Amino acid sequence: MIRLFKVKEKQREEAENANGKPTVKKQSAGELRLHKDISELNLPKTCSISFPNGKDDLMNFEVTIRPDEGYYMGGTFTFSFSISPMYPHEAPKVKCKTKVYHPNIDLEGNVCLNILREDWKPVLNINTIIYGLYHLFTEPNHEDPLNHEAAAVLRDNPKLFESNVRRALHGGYVGQTYFTRCM
Amino acid sequence: MADSTSQSRSRDLDKLLLRPGNLVGSTFEPGTQLREDIKEIVRVLVIGAGGLGCELLKDLAFSGFRNLEVIDMDRIEVTNLNRQFLFRLGDVGKPKAEVAAKRVMERVSGVDIKPHFCRIEDKPISFYNDFSIIVLGLDSVEARSYINSVACSFLEYDSDDNPREETIKPMVDGGTEGFKGHARIIMPGVTPCFECTIWLFPPQVKFPLCTLAETPRTAAHCIEYAHLIKWDEVHSGKTFDPDYPEHMQWVYSEAVKRAELFGIPGVTYSLTQGVVKNIIPAIASTNAIISAVCSLETLKIVSGCSKTLTNYLTYNGVEGLHTKVTEFVRDKDCIVCGPGVLIELEVSITLKKFIDLLEDHPKLLLTRVSVTYRGDNLYMQAPPVLEEMTRSNLDLPLFELMSKTPTDIVHVTGAAGKGDKKQSCSRKLRVVFKGVGVTDMDMAGGA
Repeated sequence: MIRLFKVKEKQREEAENANGKPTVKKQSAGELRLHKDISELNLPKTCSISFPNGKDDLMNFEVTIRPDEGYYMGGTFTFSFSISPMYPHEAPKVKCKTKVYHPNIDLEGNVCLNILREDWKPVLNINTIIYGLYHLFTEPNHEDPLNHEAAAVLRDNPKLFESNVRRALHGGYVGQTYFTRCM
Repeated sequence: MADSTSQSRSRDLDKLLLRPGNLVGSTFEPGTQLREDIKEIVRVLVIGAGGLGCELLKDLAFSGFRNLEVIDMDRIEVTNLNRQFLFRLGDVGKPKAEVAAKRVMERVSGVDIKPHFCRIEDKPISFYNDFSIIVLGLDSVEARSYINSVACSFLEYDSDDNPREETIKPMVDGGTEGFKGHARIIMPGVTPCFECTIWLFPPQVKFPLCTLAETPRTAAHCIEYAHLIKWDEVHSGKTFDPDYPEHMQWVYSEAVKRAELFGIPGVTYSLTQGVVKNIIPAIASTNAIISAVCSLETLKIVSGCSKTLTNYLTYNGVEGLHTKVTEFVRDKDCIVCGPGVLIELEVSITLKKFIDLLEDHPKLLLTRVSVTYRGDNLYMQAPPVLEEMTRSNLDLPLFELMSKTPTDIVHVTGAAGKGDKKQSCSRKLRVVFKGVGVTDMDMAGGA
């Protein structure tokens, strides 16, 4: 390619005298893939999405889930999504911003959902994750505990679990932990 | 008259560069002029001055390249010294790029290496266009992807969708992990780019959070518990920084407590660093082998003295030695290196009309279209909250929305095909506005 380099070297010298092209914002392959995911979102009525930084930052958004059945019916839970430029090679980072009494979500907002970590695959998308999160509220599961106590109660005494969830949703103490109202 | 030392220095190189041969590249022109041109004209950028970067700088300097630059954001650490042979104990704490450049220049007379102690993203994109060829000695998928997208952004296609040769920015990429390594060449528009074959990279191993929280079985589980769960519990809001020794020390001591609680052996400070930073032990000779391949390919691409690797070499020294070359193929619809679909437009066309036009375009047949231009989401057909925010753009001229840029890349997503064969897809479009700012030169095919 050396002949080409010679030609280019000459062009470079000429270009240095003139004004170079202004550098412009580039979109990463990850952003473009996310653009596709977002533009194809097909959310159930119980889920909504918002973009706190406006229409041009799709990499950071919030999803609000309002379950219409199960233990958590009537509650409102907000998750923050943060997408890396390496998406979909890397899974989105998802945290629950609402403090919730839930066997698979700890009090810091960490979520135990397999497709967010060990089972993430690039063919999955944002829609899949939102459905997965929704599923956590309709089918909380004591086998993947992040909140150890909540999981034990769900396993051993579903009635008590149900009343604990109601108390947390209405705002109040479950054991030593205070939950803010989220109905 | 060249003195005898400089003659003897190029003796081996001369065997490649001064004589014709049967296995040479199609444009090879042997002779002393070629040797001089490599010295004078070719500008090589080495990205990374770590395990591979040290080897690459040395190999390239000995291969007759004179104008080198190197970019690396890291400082030298004690643990680098076993293999990053350009560094000495007294260099610990100094920028890798600066020390590496200095050491090679001290040893190889006549070579000029300009160091850049910064992140690759800190340089303007035009910085990368000044080099004849870019050689990558990196350890992350993310950095490779970034450089690939930069190099591919220089690529232009003619009206027949053939790459314009003078816009191709060749890259040579090396990578090692323990006893394994790869070397590949990327000629954007000709060979697959990094994004065409992103699936080659295995996903990182991630443990389920509930395993960490509830049923840890290994030392790594205890470390990840301290790193991912305990840290946030104790330091609310403060982000963990793996480069702060205090942070690492805290994670280590929490991991030890956790391991004691569950009776798990094996948590050490170096394992903690390894797990948290995802470090795989580096083997000096793997770096040397991969660097040698990369340097030779760089010389071959530049000089044409032999045909180049096509296009991906893997090396595996885990058990015995296995090495293989695979010819990967391009993803013709790659949104990074692909030509995209050429569309000529009137300057008056509105975004709405443009979207309608894509539905009838024989190469696209796109419905339910969303449009994005350099990070501006011009129109999003879903979700409703974004549709509402972007709807007012529909009646504006696309030319205005693109800041009156006569020709540029626009990305669209939508459903392609007809009837029940519809398939969701992402497409790159090369939009050209008729009769504005486009000279005959720009429209000419490959030179």
